[in-house]
Amino acid sequence: MDWKRFGFIALIIIVLFGTVVMIGQVKQPPILIITSMLATTIAVATPLTLGALSGVYCERAGVVNIGIEGMMLTAAFFGWLGAIYMFNVFGRDAGLSIALGVFFAILSGLLMALLHAVLSITFKVDQIIGGTVINILAVGLTGFLNRQLFFGKGSVFGGSVPGSPGVLPTIHIPLTEIFTPICGASASCLQNLIAINRVFDQKPIAISAILLVFFSHYVLFNTRWGLRTRAVGEHPKAADTVGINVVKMRYLNVLIGGMFAGLAGAYFTIESVPSFEPLLTNGRGFISLAAMIFGNWTPIGAWAASLVFGASQALLINMQIFRDVIPPQWSFLQESYIVGLTPYILTMFILTGIIGKTTPPAADGVPYEK
Amino acid sequence: MQSEKQSNSLTRQVIQSISDASLVPFLAILTAVVVGGVIIAFVGGDPLLAYRGLIQGSFGSTKALSETAVWATPYIFAGLAVALAFKGGLFNIGAEGQLAVGAVASSLIGYALPEWLGYDLPAIIHLPLAIIFGILMGGLWAGIVGWLKAYTGGHEVINTIMMNYIALNTTSFLLNGVMKDRSPTNVIARTPLIADSARIPPLFEGLRVHWGFILALLVAFLIWWLLNKTTLGFQIRTVGLNPDAAKYAGINVKRIIILTMVLSGMLAGMAGTIEVTGLNYRHELGFSIGYGYDAIAIALLGKSHPLGVVLSAFLFAAMRNGATRMQFLTQMPVDLISMLQAFILLFVAADAIVRYIYRIKSKGERVVLTRGWGG
Amino acid sequence: MTEANIVLEAKNITKQFPGVLANDRVNFDLRKGEIHALLGENGAGKSTLMNLIYGLHLPDKGEIFVNGKPIEIKSPNDSIAAGIGMVHQHFMLIPVFTVAENVMLGDEVTKRGSLDRATVAAKINEISKQYGLDVDPNALVGDLPVGLQQRVEIVKTLYRNAEIVILDEPTAVLTPQEAEDLFRIMHDLTARGVSIIFITHKLKEVLAVADRITVMRAGHVVNTVPPSETNEAQLANMMVGRQVILTVEKKDHQASGDILKVENLFVRDQRGLETIHNVSFTVRGGEILGIAGVQGNGQTELSEAITGLRAVQSGKVLIDEQDLTDKSPRFMTAAGLAHIPEDRQRHGLVLSYSVADNMALCDYYRPPFSNRGVIQQKALDENARNLISAFDVRTPSPFVNAGKLSGGNQQKVIVARELSRENVKLVIANQPTRGLDVGSIEYIHSEIIKMRDRGVAVLLISAELDEIMALSDRIVVMYRGQIVATVETKQATREQLGLWMAGAHVETA
Repeated sequence: MDWKRFGFIALIIIVLFGTVVMIGQVKQPPILIITSMLATTIAVATPLTLGALSGVYCERAGVVNIGIEGMMLTAAFFGWLGAIYMFNVFGRDAGLSIALGVFFAILSGLLMALLHAVLSITFKVDQIIGGTVINILAVGLTGFLNRQLFFGKGSVFGGSVPGSPGVLPTIHIPLTEIFTPICGASASCLQNLIAINRVFDQKPIAISAILLVFFSHYVLFNTRWGLRTRAVGEHPKAADTVGINVVKMRYLNVLIGGMFAGLAGAYFTIESVPSFEPLLTNGRGFISLAAMIFGNWTPIGAWAASLVFGASQALLINMQIFRDVIPPQWSFLQESYIVGLTPYILTMFILTGIIGKTTPPAADGVPYEK
Repeated sequence: MQSEKQSNSLTRQVIQSISDASLVPFLAILTAVVVGGVIIAFVGGDPLLAYRGLIQGSFGSTKALSETAVWATPYIFAGLAVALAFKGGLFNIGAEGQLAVGAVASSLIGYALPEWLGYDLPAIIHLPLAIIFGILMGGLWAGIVGWLKAYTGGHEVINTIMMNYIALNTTSFLLNGVMKDRSPTNVIARTPLIADSARIPPLFEGLRVHWGFILALLVAFLIWWLLNKTTLGFQIRTVGLNPDAAKYAGINVKRIIILTMVLSGMLAGMAGTIEVTGLNYRHELGFSIGYGYDAIAIALLGKSHPLGVVLSAFLFAAMRNGATRMQFLTQMPVDLISMLQAFILLFVAADAIVRYIYRIKSKGERVVLTRGWGG
Repeated sequence: MTEANIVLEAKNITKQFPGVLANDRVNFDLRKGEIHALLGENGAGKSTLMNLIYGLHLPDKGEIFVNGKPIEIKSPNDSIAAGIGMVHQHFMLIPVFTVAENVMLGDEVTKRGSLDRATVAAKINEISKQYGLDVDPNALVGDLPVGLQQRVEIVKTLYRNAEIVILDEPTAVLTPQEAEDLFRIMHDLTARGVSIIFITHKLKEVLAVADRITVMRAGHVVNTVPPSETNEAQLANMMVGRQVILTVEKKDHQASGDILKVENLFVRDQRGLETIHNVSFTVRGGEILGIAGVQGNGQTELSEAITGLRAVQSGKVLIDEQDLTDKSPRFMTAAGLAHIPEDRQRHGLVLSYSVADNMALCDYYRPPFSNRGVIQQKALDENARNLISAFDVRTPSPFVNAGKLSGGNQQKVIVARELSRENVKLVIANQPTRGLDVGSIEYIHSEIIKMRDRGVAVLLISAELDEIMALSDRIVVMYRGQIVATVETKQATREQLGLWMAGAHVETA
């Protein structure tokens, strides 16, 4: 990851944050706006980060995965369904139901990834077509089951969506408690401290996403697993000649990728909002791919790029909050449809390679023929 | 004698090659129907009754047939759009967005042009204008992606999807704003009705099937001719099969990539246009959703051959059309169709699975779309 | 030698690939500490046999014994465990990895879960010293010249304690001096008890270094002989199955005016690195100019820049006084260029097109093949029938996909298409015979000489020094993107050319 790229990321984030601060400062002090933007950015970047990591594992092993969107959607549905089932049908308590929901999400991501692996590795289907099949299947499957299971004849829920056990709780990191003595009697210092603390108070999936970024980076570049994974994605034949099982390495990495996509799906329905609607992933699987590409197929780079997209979504959310104080000459910022274009246009801009060309793994997308 | 024998064997060869080409898609459909049946039974439905409903609903009466043709019309255009791009080595996942902008553009011409001019236009001018404007917008929408691919290497798969969302957002903006139907009872995001002079007449009195259907069949033939009989088609196919060799052969690869995307987008735009001018007489938000994926499935099932596209467009149209009857008979939700189609696509795309199940040897070469990300 | 000395034995090995019987009841044995050469032309089954021994493919029938014990080799893991190492013709190295990472891959050393790069580097340095293989463990493999990459491959086998080393066409990428150096390393290895299988199709090398020579042809072993009891002509005869003329016959050339002029050319590769620096030369009508050099010294970029496939940074390319710098390939063809590209499957052919379509690949757009944008199928077919008979292309029909033909016939399709164009003034042939059988090589050589005798200018690029010396009238040597020497073939010697190919600068002759 070169400095030009990090610089671009920093620049865009500063511009997006700056816009919100300029508009919102009549209502709130900048420090509060910045910290709340930061907290939102990190939270909404979660599925993008996990999706991009999913892509990194698959593509470092040489399998292009454009089915991340579908894997996320499937996982979002089954995670949510699992939690509801556990809660309402089996009468488990809310906490356990939610935890099992996350498990079902990861499991369904894994199963979709297994299908992708079978298609692209065993049957050597063109990987972009394979990924598209995953995406279409996910839309059909979740759409059908969503309607059939809740409203269909003989549905256990008898035609209404039951109450969900809720969402994952925020984990409080006691920064305020620790640092309060430093502030002494200053009320504004304490206020700022609380605001800063809010950035770190994230939910479990958001926190694990960040931990997984650094963990994955280490695994990929400093362990035997990582060396072999990259070898299989760069030059599978070379890996084969030194006794590495190319098919096995590719399968396992695609499955790992599927679990990451599954966790990303869980974010939508188990961490963010406890409900499911068809097509709720809204292209974020594809945006993750752009983040992965812009991050040059490295976990940390992909995370940094995901934050840009997170920030652009945070902008959209904040423009709704500050809607009434947007100055008239900036009135287009009131239009959520227009502000909502930001991540899509950013994606296309990044893919032009103007900010610097990236290099995919040499054997990315190429089925291995002995 | 001799020549008769030859033409006989030629006919046999043609039949042989058609049956070879359609064997795998046929078996894919069969497999998907079986899998779909298992799922229907699994969720408590009666598969046979469901399929009977599907067939009755799509072919059971003149009206049903007409409705199937109505559904097939945009499917043929959108399927051809994806198929043409496939031939040029490009994956157009953006038919949905191109269709939407095409529909918006022709609605605009359809309802607003007479207002701007202050007088009514004759149909012979107004209708072609509405259609052409829609086609051009579709072409432009895809052309941007083609240009990005040719000159920056930005991958068309992600870019067409981004353009879908941009189209969706822009359409929402327009249909909730300046282009919204202002009639007092309207609460949904849709355009006003287009003028009579911008409407395609129906084929038969009392049925909804319109001349756009005939146009779709003609365009399918035209695309076949273009791809197989012209130098432009030769260039598109060469770029699709081997871009390096195309460059070596003196073909301007960048130009062909852009042109292929533009043509593909025009066909998708046509799909949107035809629905506005021939059927709904307006554009409504959300109407375009799902067409992009259906178009991919149709193109893959039809093996990117125009005749195959027409046939698979019919199949998909029949399923969509018959779904209502099926729902009436078995209370299976219409979404079942989406899943059934996904399975058909799965078995067609992964024809290796079908070949494996039915022990058929592979003959043709593999489609190659994954050529790295550029980036 | 006694039976006990046999470290590796393959008995009755048979392997069938779709359409080819690659190995038919092959027997082969290797004695301890010997260099056993396996000789045969392309497609004779040498590499197949070695891939079976190394575990990359499984034999249909037959047995393999290591140190007298039968072993089952199912994957490279089994062969590595049995002490077999292989240096492949196309290196099995990952360019973006360091030498140490490449060497340890598959047999990694870790410390608390982390790769232990330092320990591996120390072991590599130790091996390097022991066998005189000078490699830096921390260098990125992609930055190393091919000669050094080959050493990394040898280190890889020694790191795994290989006692049997297979070298597949190791000299193809080396200068004569580098090859000498490799032979020295091979002798060092055998002196320490390592046994070597040396695969090649070069007769001179075999006679120089091998202890025994086994010749293969069409999947069979023809014979095994000691070098003292044979000679080049006899070996060639065994390889091909008939008398082979070892030299190319050609008349003295009568060069006319300059056809191709390249002036102060600078070109960059896809990574943006300058790979051609200030190259100037001319090719006259009626002469063959050969470009010699180790592969990867800018020949690919040079030919792509001249033929319009790659952008020129600065400098000029003139054909027949017409400035064609950075013109499209279409323009070049119209100006009289015939181009036999380096990679026939990537650039020269569309494999899923018919032979007929491929024969019109560059001319489809003009009459008689096209009429106002509509393809004239009859003209295409007729053209194909004519060329198939004129250039002796072995194909069942003009409608067969080019991908179904053998390598030699695929190349003939390209040669036919390019050389039959009526306006040809300049032929650029890049590696025109790579990977082909002797019959096809002879045929293509004779076609190239025919063009020269007709007064056409020919630029021949080849990594095979023998081919350059046999065909060219003049030779230029490329090293790291520059022309380091120009010489009349009659005054050139292999040794001198080899020195230049390795970078020894001289005044241009």
